[in-house]
Amino acid sequence: MIEVSGLTKIYGQRTAIEDLTFTVNKGEIVGFLGPNGAGKSTTMKILTGFMPASFGTAKIAGFDVFDQAIDVKRNVGYLPENPPVYFDMVVEDYLKFAAQLHDVTKANLKAAIDLSLEKTGLTHVRKRIIGNLSKGYRQRVGLAQALVHDPKVLILDEPTVGLDPVQIIEIRELIKSLGGAHTVILSSHILPEVTATCQRIIVINKGKIVAQDNIERLTSRMKHGLVYQLQVKNSNSSGIQAIQSISGVKSVTNENGKISIEINPNQEELRDRIVDVAVHEKMGVLEFSSEKLSLEEVFLSLTTQETNVGGQS
Amino acid sequence: MKFSFKKMWTIATKDFKTYFTSPIAYIVIAGFLLIMGWMFFFNLSHFNLQSMQFKQFGGKGTSISDGIIRPLYGNMNVIFLFLVPFITMRLFAEERKMQTIQLLMTSPITLGEMVVGKFLSAAMLVGTMLLLTLFYPAILFIYGNPDFGPILTSYLGTFLLSCCYVSTGVFFSSMTENQIVAGALTFAAGLFFWLINWASQSTGPVFSDILDYLSLIQHYNNFSQGILDTTDVIFYLSFIGLGLFFTNRVLDSYRWRS
Repeated sequence: MIEVSGLTKIYGQRTAIEDLTFTVNKGEIVGFLGPNGAGKSTTMKILTGFMPASFGTAKIAGFDVFDQAIDVKRNVGYLPENPPVYFDMVVEDYLKFAAQLHDVTKANLKAAIDLSLEKTGLTHVRKRIIGNLSKGYRQRVGLAQALVHDPKVLILDEPTVGLDPVQIIEIRELIKSLGGAHTVILSSHILPEVTATCQRIIVINKGKIVAQDNIERLTSRMKHGLVYQLQVKNSNSSGIQAIQSISGVKSVTNENGKISIEINPNQEELRDRIVDVAVHEKMGVLEFSSEKLSLEEVFLSLTTQETNVGGQS
Repeated sequence: MKFSFKKMWTIATKDFKTYFTSPIAYIVIAGFLLIMGWMFFFNLSHFNLQSMQFKQFGGKGTSISDGIIRPLYGNMNVIFLFLVPFITMRLFAEERKMQTIQLLMTSPITLGEMVVGKFLSAAMLVGTMLLLTLFYPAILFIYGNPDFGPILTSYLGTFLLSCCYVSTGVFFSSMTENQIVAGALTFAAGLFFWLINWASQSTGPVFSDILDYLSLIQHYNNFSQGILDTTDVIFYLSFIGLGLFFTNRVLDSYRWRS
């Protein structure tokens, strides 16, 4: 449903996203996870046809986001970071406006508005002026706007920001229920948020995709320990065996003197032992460093906890 | 790309309604009618006095067209020069500031439909204001027999001239997210194009013709005399079209930069 390949966006000197390639299948709910400023919003703006990319292509429902922008926009519902609502409009008038902009026919107009109001739990405020609603309700109005024309693809930029815990759970349930009929991409910088709603995660950091996988596999990758890199002059087998026998070392691989040593988590003190052994075995230590997994780096900078309920996963 | 009148109309009606759900329309219309009523009243009483004096000396005096219609609608143009910036300044500036422009830009609607729709919403408000002034000529028709022609062309000319301000206003509104900046620039540009031919006296013959041609008010003179010249109509229409075209370009580049 969504095919992105080599997508790059450069603002002047700054590269916002670089060479993004991914696909999203029909009916899937995919989470776009990354710290603030990673390029999530930029990617989404390109996918919605709001902004052209510098290089690369993106296709939604078979239409190119640049060349066939109008067809793409017809098939996409978009909720930007700040819900694009007019504060001086009444909720249902606003939805009517959004529906008309998205080619909802006159005959379907009322039903489409009623359905999106019902889905987002806004039926009781349909006659209210948007400016008088709370932030949570405005967010929902924004979501209702994205849904009103029953789009094939929904692109939601941080959909639960500013909502209270009960509303967060409601919106998450709503998003989950949209999977299957709609293809959903949502972005978040909160890990439990995506694990609660998405089937698949694309982790993005500094404009690049760091990992994309389903949740189980990503978390199992996260549970892996630290990896140390040891570079030596002569990687004799007795030395390698000695390192292997240090308790706490999980695995050792050797590539022409480049030795990767994986250790169990929380045993950083093993560093001394490893170097001791290497020196003792006269391996000729050239370099010793710890390899930070980029994925881990990203996850560390993510909000892994929510201050409120709903983070049970 | 095909131009969808339906989409354009969706934008136009939405923005037109917004004028009336906010205080803008009421304040602008009330201020406009107050000043116009004041002007009409004194125009009329001055004209009466003058006609009576002429009659005492056996003369004929000026016609209603020259004595009332022409100054009245001439003044109306000045008022529109002041008021149109207040009408147009929010059109795109507010969409940019509130980021609602993202909704428009991610909807299956072309920039052209968007720009013309916005223009139309403001033009319709100007049209509404003009309709509300119809009772001045109505009073004149009840108590006198003014020429129909100059009234008609005055209305057409005033509307077209005001639409030029609207087009300028739409353009400046698309350039900034600050409404005050948009309004101030609109007023300055409108006034500049009004006075541009002041320089024509001190320039050579060719250049002075060009400046005269570019002056917005110069083209209104014919309308005020009851003359409908296609040159003037075409000038106003091209001025409007050019403003909207530039707006379209500004919005397109906004998309690339944001």
